[in-house]
Formats: sequence, C-alpha cells, structure tokens
Amino acid sequence: MAMLRGRGYASVNYPTGMNLGGDPSQALIHATTTGTFVISLSSVDLGQGIKTITAQCAAETLGLPIENVLVDTADTDTGPHCMGTFASRGTHRVGNAVIMAAAEARGVMLEVAAEELEVDAGDLETDGTGYIRLKGSKEKSIHITDLALAAHFKHGRTISGRGIFLKEPSAPVPETGEMDPDSCQAHACTAAVVEVDDETGVVEVLELYNAYEIGRALNPAMATQQVEGGAWMGLSHALFETVEPYYPSRDHGPRDFGEYLMPGPADIPVQHSLILERPAASGPYGAKGIGEMTANAPIPAIANAIFDACGVRLEAMPFTPERVLRGLDALRADTATQDAGPA
Amino acid sequence: MPSQIVSLVVNGEPREFIAAPGMTLLAGLRESLGLTAAKRGCGQGTCGSCTVLVEGQARAACLVAVETVAGLSVSTLEGVATGGELDAVQSSFVDNFATQCGFCTAGMIMVTEALLDRDPDPSEEDVAEAISGNVCRCTGYQPIVIAILDAARRRREERASR
Repeated sequence: MAMLRGRGYASVNYPTGMNLGGDPSQALIHATTTGTFVISLSSVDLGQGIKTITAQCAAETLGLPIENVLVDTADTDTGPHCMGTFASRGTHRVGNAVIMAAAEARGVMLEVAAEELEVDAGDLETDGTGYIRLKGSKEKSIHITDLALAAHFKHGRTISGRGIFLKEPSAPVPETGEMDPDSCQAHACTAAVVEVDDETGVVEVLELYNAYEIGRALNPAMATQQVEGGAWMGLSHALFETVEPYYPSRDHGPRDFGEYLMPGPADIPVQHSLILERPAASGPYGAKGIGEMTANAPIPAIANAIFDACGVRLEAMPFTPERVLRGLDALRADTATQDAGPA
Repeated sequence: MPSQIVSLVVNGEPREFIAAPGMTLLAGLRESLGLTAAKRGCGQGTCGSCTVLVEGQARAACLVAVETVAGLSVSTLEGVATGGELDAVQSSFVDNFATQCGFCTAGMIMVTEALLDRDPDPSEEDVAEAISGNVCRCTGYQPIVIAILDAARRRREERASR
C-alpha cells in the first residue's frame, strides 16, 4: 500500500456575458452639492465586489479620488435597468455603462469649471487628487467640492451622466450556425498536484497552480481572490460535494447544508496564482469577466492528476474514496485477466 | 412564561433588555441592542457566523438562550476596536485580504480572539482546528489562515514591546 503522487492539468475558455435577446445594463451618475458622485445601479453586490469595481471605473474616468464616488445599489425597482450579476457579466457590462455615464458627467464638470475659471474647457485637466486645473498652471484650479457648490448655486447646472452597455442580440446564421454569442473570452489553466492513498482511496490535493488571462485585472487583489476562492469551489465539486451518501446507506447523506460536505480549513491545498493581462477591446479598461470560470478548470485537472497518480480514470464527480477504490479494483482485475491469458 | 428583563455585560458595558422566553443571545444582541456584527447564518450552530465570546469562550450565539447567560460578560466584534483603532486581528484581516463578502468575518475574528487569548503562538493546524466550525464560502480559507497566523505574530510583538 502506498501514497501515490500525480500531476494533471486542464484549461478553460470562458465567455463574458450572454446573448439571448440582448444583454444590457445601465448606470446613472450625479454629483451632490459637495462633489460626491453617486452612481445609481440595479446591479447587486453580493460580495463579488461590483461596488468596488464600478467605483474604480468611475473615479478613473472622472479623474477624481475614489473617495469622491459613492455606489448606490439600493433598489432594483427604482434604479436604472440591469440584467443581473450572473454570466460573469458584471464588471464588463456595468463597468462599461459606468464609464459612459462618468465620461458624460466629466464633460459637464469641465464645462462648469471652464465657466468658473474663465478658460476653455479643452485646456482643463484633472489631477486625480480632487482638483480641476488649467494645464500648465498652478494658480488656475478649483477643487471639486467648490465646483459642485458653484454648479448647484451659481450656474444652475447638474453634473450628471447616463450610461448603457448593450450587447446586441446575435442570431445564428442558419446555414453555418455562426454567431457572436459573447463579447470576449477569458482563458485559464490549472495544474493540480495530488496524493492518492491506494489503501483508503482518499485523494488529497497538495497544490494548485492557477494561470488566468483575464484582460486587464482592474483590482488584482480581488481578481486573485476570485481565482483562489473559485478554485476552492472547484476542489469542493471534485472531491466532496454530493447529496448521495459516501456509503450505501442513505442515512449517511446530508440532511441540510450544515451536513453537506465541503472542504474546511484543514482540507485546502497551497495555491499559486498568476494573472496574465491582455486587455480586451470591448472591456472596461480592458477587463474581461472571471466570475464563474474559476471553479471549472480545477475539476478536470484533479481528475487528470488522479489518473497520473494511480491509473484510475474517474468520469463522475465527486472523486470519492469509494470510486477511487472501485477504480483500483477494476485495474487489478484487468491486470489479473491479462496475466492469466486467453482461456 | 412571561418575558423578563435580562442583564448582560456587553463589551464591558452593563446592558438590560426585555427578553421573551427562549430568545437567543443572537436575537438579543441584534434586535434588542442593535449590535448587528454577529450574523445569523444557519441558526443551528453549524456555520459560526454568529460567534461571540461569553466569559471569553467562543460560543454560537444562535444556540444560547439569553436567560442562561444573564449577568455574564459578552464580547462582540463591536467591542474589539479600541478608540477607533483596529486591533491586531482586525488589521491583519484587512492587510491579508482575509475577507470578501464579509458575512463570516465577525465570527472568524471573534473565534481568533478566543484562540489567541488561550494560545499566543498557534500552529497552522491549531488555526485550522479553531476555525473549523466557521464556514467561509468566498476565500477558500487560505487568506484567513494566513491572517490569523499573522495576527498572532503581531500580538506577540505588541506584548513584547510593552
């Protein structure tokens, strides 16, 4: 009996967004009296980080500090339309809509600043710290707080903008089936190192190497955490998750989510992650979607690593000890038959 | 059985509120005292997101009938920072990006406070065991384990420099 080590890899190409009857999201942005830019969205942040990403997109486009941006996802009844945060579409669709809205608002901001400073709007720039200033001049500048107050109370202007990103529906060409179902695709590869106990059938994932090409990583820390948290989900699908019992009795099956096995803090591999950036032409500052794909490649990578370790080719998840042991038994039976030769 | 007035010492402050029979400690904290850091995840003691300290011991507040802890001291995440300054565990969670959606974070930090109080130098295995009753569905646990080991290091340095 032995601990058998193996390596395997798998790759994934993953579409950003969906096709169906068109895939739109909208954003509205307006400045308050003191220069906070409020982004109204119907896109929901359930922890994936759309508030952070859209605030970054708006701050970058406006040329203002991120502290000047407030994302309001309060109400899907009253907010501008969003198809939803699914299909790895949020960053791409909503990010693009926010950039469009912020660009319009920036245009108004510069127009009002031009009036206030008595210069041409085309000669103005933002310095990223909250000031709008005449290019090459240190004296001619105005802070966004003063500018927003002036817009409201002196110029009678609203510093606001509207944005929409629409991926138009794409019907398949009847003769060829050709179509344009997504806006771009992210790519990834996972390599897994596993150890298989050929006595108990237990598989342990020791290491995962994740390489992701995701366009531009707008927030590298969040992108890396999505990759590694998603890989944990993939590992969970691969080795743990089932409503069927590990052993023949149904009594051993989970009765609720508390008993539904997923890997705990003692079951995790060491992860090494690499982000490759090849900006997508259609993406917000080049970003692609990497939501759902992160759970995909680890599963076949682990299956291939198990095959490499012990020769058992598993095709049904999860790769439980029972399935590994049955696979090992089948291999031994094959070997015995071959050794015996034709009857 | 009628409702009764329950007294607790919450984060060092004496607090009183009216509790219906069978009211959980979690409901008392969240609904009567407005302390909403502890989260109700499963409501049956399996996810750890409601973890608070009762007399320094980590407890699932959803399983504790509030009248059974009357008069005792209860610590919640709200009491961890002092004078607006994050403590070593909180700042380590921030710096190591050990939180994503945030639902498990209050419980993870409280269970870490209890761990570091009884063992200032835990091994990686000790950390995994300490948080084994706390479910995280975002991070894959690795950043949390790293943050807790880092928090232990920071707290040891704090104590050494005192």
